[in-house]
Amino acid sequence: MAIVTYDQASCVYPGATSPSVDKLDLEIRDGEFMVLVGPSGCGKSTSLRMLAGLEEVSSGTIHIGERDVSRMPPKDRDIAMVFQNYALYPHMTVADNMGFALKMAGMGKEERATKIKEAAKLLDLEDYLDRKPKALSGGQRQRVAMGRAIVREPQVFLMDEPLSNLDAKLRVSTRSQIASLQRRLDVTTVYVTHDQVEAMTMGDRVAVLKDGLLQQVDTPLNLYDRPRNAFVAGFIGSPAMNLMTGTVTEEAAKVGDLTIPLDAETRSKLGGDKEVTVGIRPEAFTRVGADEPGLDATINVVEELGADAFVYASLVGSDEGEIVARHDARSVPERGKPIRLGVLREKVHLFSVTTGERLPD
Amino acid sequence: MTQTAAAGSLRSADKAMATDTVLAPKGRRNGVLAVRIVVLLLCLLWLVPTVGLLVSSFRSEEAVDSSGWWTVFSSPLDFSQWTLQNYSEVLGENEMGTAFVNSLVVAVPATIIPIMMAAFAAYAFTFMRFKGRDTLFVIMVGLLVVPLQVAFVPLLQLLGGFGLVGTFPAVWLAHTGFGMPLAIYILRNYMASLPRSIIESAEVDGASHFRTFWSLIMPMSVPALAAFAIFQFLWVWNDLLVALIFLQTDTPVVTSQLRNLIGELGQQWHLLTAGAFISITVPLIVFFALQRFFVRGLTAGSVKG
Repeated sequence: MAIVTYDQASCVYPGATSPSVDKLDLEIRDGEFMVLVGPSGCGKSTSLRMLAGLEEVSSGTIHIGERDVSRMPPKDRDIAMVFQNYALYPHMTVADNMGFALKMAGMGKEERATKIKEAAKLLDLEDYLDRKPKALSGGQRQRVAMGRAIVREPQVFLMDEPLSNLDAKLRVSTRSQIASLQRRLDVTTVYVTHDQVEAMTMGDRVAVLKDGLLQQVDTPLNLYDRPRNAFVAGFIGSPAMNLMTGTVTEEAAKVGDLTIPLDAETRSKLGGDKEVTVGIRPEAFTRVGADEPGLDATINVVEELGADAFVYASLVGSDEGEIVARHDARSVPERGKPIRLGVLREKVHLFSVTTGERLPD
Repeated sequence: MTQTAAAGSLRSADKAMATDTVLAPKGRRNGVLAVRIVVLLLCLLWLVPTVGLLVSSFRSEEAVDSSGWWTVFSSPLDFSQWTLQNYSEVLGENEMGTAFVNSLVVAVPATIIPIMMAAFAAYAFTFMRFKGRDTLFVIMVGLLVVPLQVAFVPLLQLLGGFGLVGTFPAVWLAHTGFGMPLAIYILRNYMASLPRSIIESAEVDGASHFRTFWSLIMPMSVPALAAFAIFQFLWVWNDLLVALIFLQTDTPVVTSQLRNLIGELGQQWHLLTAGAFISITVPLIVFFALQRFFVRGLTAGSVKG
């Protein structure tokens, strides 16, 4: 149990021109479940591997608690890692797999057996201790990988997309299992995923990365409600936020027939920009009558999910891409029909076109 | 002469492998009959020289000298043309037993030593980062092109300096040296195909390189080790040249004993056929003993693919 601190930590792969992780500053609190999320190649796995000691820290430091671990070999860092592909030792039984690290640490046989038993009980693996990984299902293998980390009682858990090899249903149930297990064990955890749903549901806080740069760290809800820039806005949330380009007039920004009033502060922030990025979440849209302000669109596809329906439509008289809006599931409009969508001002996010930064509401 | 024996045992190996190929797709029966027939024919074709050798080994000296082995098929049930004379002559020769022991004394260490050394080297080349690693590896593999005959004189001088020439360690070292480049090449390529995350996992688990090597890499490399062991054993067992040069004449191996058997002028070459078949037995045993290690999917269950 410890605080993990990245202090200006960078990683440059040999031969690469730009760093994979660029001056990462991040503090993970004691017992916190921190999720690193981002598109592929954003440096999230590299950040994790730097903490694990599998990737060199080119500059800056990483601390676990009071210790500077930047140059330490992995075994001295008191961490345990769960790999994406589990990396189980194929010729060893489940018990041996879980006990390997303890054996390496020189723990006695009986003590080892007790620890393995405890972990197996926690993960519901007691009946499989004598099996080899080959004879286990995907979900069981995943649990063995978890168990291998748990038995060590490390200061920090590192998880590198541990759920990405499970099928959709199992992923959802394992997701909550891991989250509750982590809360019970109260061990600082760094979890890497590309799936923003996993990030939102599991993390105490979520760090969004892009191109090796940290974009925003916050609680899931804050990320959702107040994304710091257009990238975070588009990345967090499913379906993604609609990002449209609005034209700036004296008093307001305009997208189609929709007018978004701009206050003085926002206008000053905009500077001379003639355009602004307007972000609207799918659920912020409401269907409105022809006399109310709104966006006219033609429906392309309607996705019915039972609880919700999502309407994909292209704006009339605009070359903007498709927009998506949530709709009441019991009265879905037909494909090809026109629809007029309105939105409340306070549900609109504005971002600078040039920097992508969030503009004050 | 050695070539014949080598050919014989390799053919047998081919045959065993080919049979596997035919049996493999048993599950899906939908008409691959043509393929099977072709494979079968190829097997038979490949077996022809071995069959010829086998038939000849059961014929008398006069018959072997006067007509081809295939003539027996005109009257295969004529038992008067079959004889065990060749076998009893070869086995009756009491030098043959000693030669077998000598061959084993040569072949077993000459197989194990290079495998062990190459496995260590391959591990380093695959998993350890050090300066000049790739260059060193290329040089190692490049040594494959050095013909072994070229190395004889310098090697004799070198070993002579240690007073080793004519002893078993001389042959072991020579075979180790000659086998090493290929062994390193095969094992490194195999190890490079092992899931990297397993090694990383071991690293995080606190295993030293030595530990990782013995507890993880060696057990997972068994198929490659077995393949190379068979290869090296067959090569050493069938080798005549290295044994002739580095071993004293009073400790002959099977191949050189066979050569002694047929006389200066090759007038007893009918004995060679029987001798070759007797010497094949050991490689066959080795082959079938190690064959079960050729298992695919040894790493199954380790990583989700």
